[in-house]
Amino acid sequence: MLTFTIRRLVLAVPTLLFISLAIFLLLELAPGDPMAQVPLTVPDEVKEKMREALGLGQPMHVRYVKWLVQFFWIEPQVLFDHLFNTTFAEGKLRVISWQTRSPVMDIVVQRMPQTIWVVGTAYIVGILIALPIGIYSAYRQYSVFDQAGTFVTMIGFSIPPFFTGPLLIVIFAVQLGWLPSVYNTLHVVDDWDSFRVQLRQMILPVMVLAMQTTAQISRYMRASMLDNLNQDYVRTARAKGLSEAVVVMVHVLRNSMIPVVTVIALGMPAIFGGAIITEVIFKVNGIGQLLITALFANDLPMVQTLTFIFAILIVFFNLIADVLYGLLDPRIRYD
Amino acid sequence: MTDMSNPAPGQKSRSQLQDVWGQFRKHKGAMLGGGFLAFITLAVLLGPYIWALDPQKIDIRNKDMRPIYTALFSSDAKVAWAHPFGTDQLGRDGLANMLAGGRASMAVGWAAMLLTLFIGTAIGVVAGFFRKLDGPLMRLTDLFLSLPILPLLLVAVTLFREPLRGSLGPEGGMFILIVAIIGITSWMPTARIVRGDVLALKEREFVLAARSIGTRNSNLITRHILPNVLSPIMVSATLGLATAIITESALSFLGVGFPSDFPTWGKMLADAVDRMENFPERVILPGMAISLTVLSVNYLGDGLRDALDPRIRGR
Repeated sequence: MLTFTIRRLVLAVPTLLFISLAIFLLLELAPGDPMAQVPLTVPDEVKEKMREALGLGQPMHVRYVKWLVQFFWIEPQVLFDHLFNTTFAEGKLRVISWQTRSPVMDIVVQRMPQTIWVVGTAYIVGILIALPIGIYSAYRQYSVFDQAGTFVTMIGFSIPPFFTGPLLIVIFAVQLGWLPSVYNTLHVVDDWDSFRVQLRQMILPVMVLAMQTTAQISRYMRASMLDNLNQDYVRTARAKGLSEAVVVMVHVLRNSMIPVVTVIALGMPAIFGGAIITEVIFKVNGIGQLLITALFANDLPMVQTLTFIFAILIVFFNLIADVLYGLLDPRIRYD
Repeated sequence: MTDMSNPAPGQKSRSQLQDVWGQFRKHKGAMLGGGFLAFITLAVLLGPYIWALDPQKIDIRNKDMRPIYTALFSSDAKVAWAHPFGTDQLGRDGLANMLAGGRASMAVGWAAMLLTLFIGTAIGVVAGFFRKLDGPLMRLTDLFLSLPILPLLLVAVTLFREPLRGSLGPEGGMFILIVAIIGITSWMPTARIVRGDVLALKEREFVLAARSIGTRNSNLITRHILPNVLSPIMVSATLGLATAIITESALSFLGVGFPSDFPTWGKMLADAVDRMENFPERVILPGMAISLTVLSVNYLGDGLRDALDPRIRGR
């Protein structure tokens, strides 16, 4: 298992390199000019200087390697310095945003907690709702509950978040006035009341995100439970005289969780992607919203870094899913 | 197989297509979904000829009309049969806009789905059929699967928008860009499924028989392999249509879709969000249109999967 994990880790490096190259080339070949917004009255020499100041002076491959070094070598050093008060990264050039002229990673670190709070809570809530639905609808296959569950998950699949978001805002924030429609990121949680305010403002974005997760995971849970419920070992367990609760919740559930756990791991990056829309709707200033604003402002270093962070998330969770699958299911050992 | 060549006495032989149709008809959701999809497609195709109002015509006197059903619960609402879905803040007709927007959304959906299928099937068949290309092509598929799709879509659309608009016109350029990008970023599941099926088919006797009478590879693929992988392709086609419609609407919603005077469902929804409190129908109508279309496509796919799977069929 360890060799397999190490092999997968080593394989992830060329994947990430390829993705970073693809993102870099996409941005590079895009026929837009970062200097397009500069007034025509600015003389050409000055424009050339500005171009160099943005780091656009050198040829393409030099800039690519420079970005790689900055991202994989200097930024970790900055993090290390920050954690242990050392000075490795002193005076080294970091990835600089064109919008704010400050290091990209600093802004990302500021924005990350909001996204993780909302996305993480949504994912956990979604899983907690999905698992019981999946288990029960498999146990009572073709019952009214199962049919209703199938219908509701189909709806969850089909209604896009940019429709549920405004819809929930109209119902719960405007008509009923129960919940705020805008997520206030400046809100500080320090006592019980402020915690309740935080909880209230999180409900809507979390529900919108959780809807998608719930639909997907409960389908998988149901299918996986159905696969296992008819197996011989289930009949054996019943014949031994075990109670129904033990048979379903211990014997069947443990075996059917194996594929579901990997699906949960694989779905994690997708929900970060889906969070882009949710963040725009509820005005959460997380990394999704950061990506959108950076795109409209033509802030290429920021866009490049953020897209690459999304890619890292995907590769990382794919790896986790693969390793988990091997760990949980002794029949599947890759080495 | 035997009952097909040798029907029992007094029983008519049934073709495979009849069997599939028989199973498909049993799935109520799929029948409803298929019906609704046909209805929407016909409506957006023929609707603009029947409801011949120009969706872009500005009629400021009749602005901010409510849809006809609001008269049921509020008697002083501004409604008229001339505008059954109401009008927007510039007096443009709601129904005409819905039809025009649906045309754009469905066109993008169908075109992107066909492109996805084409790329996916081609790569899947080639990877499954030629052993030498299997490794590289599947690694490529894995790489594409680890790309962050939505961020990349956003990046590509914003960056390539201006030049394509210049060369192909604002609508045509955007259409080609969106279709191409959705196609390039969503062929991977189809390719994987098709490859798996082709790998299994390749070892079957009929392929060996065809090869032994000297069938060339190209004929082998088009005559023997492709017809047999049609069912997984059709199922992934429905999934592709649903994702393409949602992706296009999401792009329009985030403001990187079609130009502002060109309605699509996603764009109408996005434009109406600001005035949602007073005119909820402007969000709900396009939103319902997107959701119902996608829902019906998903149900259609569910039914197709059941109908085309011989293990489930006939049960």
